Amino acid sequence: MRAITYAEALREALAEEMRRDERVFVFGEDVELGYAFTVCKGLIDEFGPERVRDTPICEQTIVGIAVGSSMIGMRPVPEIEFCDLLTLCMDQICNEAAKLRYMSGGQVCFPLVVRSPAGKWGSFGAQHSQTLDAWFMHVPGLKVAVPATPYDAKGLLKSAIRDDNPVLFIERKLLYQIPGPVPEGEYLVPLGQAKIHREGKDATVVAIGRMVSLALNASETLEKEGIKATILDPRTLVPLDRESILASVRETHRVVIVEEGCKTGGVGGEIAAVVSEEALDDLDAPIRRVAALDTPVPFNAALEDFVLPSEERIIQAVRDVVSF
Amino acid sequence: MNRPKVLAKERYLELYRKLVMIRRLEEKIDELFRQGVIKGAVHLSIGQEAVAVGVSEALDKKDLIIATHRGHGHCLMKGADLKSMMAELCGKATGLCKGKGGSMHIIDVKRGMLGAVGIVGSGMPMATGVGLAIKMQRTGQVCVCLFGDSASHGGMFHESLNVASLWKLPVVFICENNLYGLTVSMKKASAVKDIAIRAKAYAVPGVVVDGMDVLEVQRAVQRAVKRARDGLGPSLLECKTYRFMGHSRGDPAYGPYRTREEWESWKQRDPLLVLMNKGGLTSKEVEGIDREVSREIEEAVRFAEESPEPDLSSALEDIYA
Ligand SMILES: Cc1ncc(C[n+]2csc(CCOP(=O)(O)OP(=O)(O)O)c2C)c(N)n1
Repeated sequence: MRAITYAEALREALAEEMRRDERVFVFGEDVELGYAFTVCKGLIDEFGPERVRDTPICEQTIVGIAVGSSMIGMRPVPEIEFCDLLTLCMDQICNEAAKLRYMSGGQVCFPLVVRSPAGKWGSFGAQHSQTLDAWFMHVPGLKVAVPATPYDAKGLLKSAIRDDNPVLFIERKLLYQIPGPVPEGEYLVPLGQAKIHREGKDATVVAIGRMVSLALNASETLEKEGIKATILDPRTLVPLDRESILASVRETHRVVIVEEGCKTGGVGGEIAAVVSEEALDDLDAPIRRVAALDTPVPFNAALEDFVLPSEERIIQAVRDVVSF
Repeated sequence: MNRPKVLAKERYLELYRKLVMIRRLEEKIDELFRQGVIKGAVHLSIGQEAVAVGVSEALDKKDLIIATHRGHGHCLMKGADLKSMMAELCGKATGLCKGKGGSMHIIDVKRGMLGAVGIVGSGMPMATGVGLAIKMQRTGQVCVCLFGDSASHGGMFHESLNVASLWKLPVVFICENNLYGLTVSMKKASAVKDIAIRAKAYAVPGVVVDGMDVLEVQRAVQRAVKRARDGLGPSLLECKTYRFMGHSRGDPAYGPYRTREEWESWKQRDPLLVLMNKGGLTSKEVEGIDREVSREIEEAVRFAEESPEPDLSSALEDIYA
């Protein structure tokens, strides 16, 4: 199978969906040249300036435009250049897009997808390195997707665009230029379906976003020690594939959850709670969470590595649950 | 100047009916709120009716509106069913929004009332998006976005006017300047006297309108709507008006933050009086309308009262499409 990068996979998804449905359009800061992370690069050549549109720097209005236009039949896919800037759009995302369907008694729907990259980029400091997935998981009415591979990036984005609900599509900066196998032609990855990257009977590692590849690397080291771990990626946080997580935990009896956001109030806390509510009797060890330390992400590279989750910490956590 | 100097009496009576419809509806809402039948908070637009009526008179059926927490009048004028509105205000299953929106979030998408948005200022970016969609879909509609004077001090006002002007979107931004945001007067909140002047910064027409005169409002909105339909982009209208009631929750009309004298001086310019004077209408002439309107409202109240509470399971519906 051919290999393309995560960014190329996303671009293919956008192009295919724009070809398929003329209501789909992209806009945001620097999308015409696809400057920041190259995802939208070149789309303007095929689709023109009406459907590929630079905006001024006004994040809350960018999302507001998506809310308003989706409300009357468009399928907007705005890009917010860094997920840290979603802080500026919280009102439109959480109070408008996620609430108005409910408040109107089902009169409207909001088929919009806000794409935005999260996580480490390497010494970009605390305002350009955050992973805020957990914030949005807390908002009923939104869906949240976090693709970890080019394959998932393409298939999930296509599903997100076809979904009639607001989807926050949280990408990862460090993954954009990483290639992976992506079949030619069309396929969809459904929202709400986890993927098992590797199966092992000794522990379940639930890994999200960029942490999937760290967990996979960690599992190779662990295997040399005779520990076989299942690496499971939920792929979407809302809807969360609880069944797959629980089924895996029931087989391995041990669970480690790995995320790039910080630990307190994080995604791992939610997944741990699901496991302890539903499968406490199946657990043979305490649940472990590997997450960023509860600090802003520092600029200095060594400090940055220190606060973010690492392969080493994942290995430690798995050893810990296995030897409990 | 090709507008007719004298409107037919029927026209005045028709406009009167609309103004008094909102007035009586909201007086009834106030009463029900004080009785605890309507819960939460209600923001009455008594005194500001000429804006809702003037705006809707200048629009076609297919045009769209995004309003604010003070949106009963706009919703009604856009053609919402009075009974369903009343039921919604009472939180009943038969309400426009199945009892899940309430006064602050009254929405009737089928009639082009895209929403009363409870977050101050948030309707503006949404209206910009609606305008973009209209333009891309080439439907020839116009989106009117209403907001208060306080909303115009926030960032979304500026972002939205900039983008809508830049892209020449068919949006009409209408500030209902009732001089107060809760208890804070415009004098304490605004660096400029007229909000309309801010239009200059975005190269759009900015017009101050007498918001107590329904005909003036209609005329100004018509011009802005024409401009929008002609592809020339948005306008900013500032309707100077006044709320005769407190902000919400049944608070007093005057008191700590505004004087009785000020209130009384605006009362002289009650939109109902202004219209009656202009049209030479006498109390006798409107009596019949008053009676009819009151009867309709009583019927709506009865409908709401007799309507069932929503089924608890409906709390879990309409979260996702
Ligand atoms: C962003 C935001 N801040 C504060 C509030 C609380 N609040 C509701 S209405 C209101 C006053 C708004 O004044 P204005 O925009 O002038 O409209 P008016 O109430 O006068 O019609 C405030 C502060 C809110 N709903 N949203």
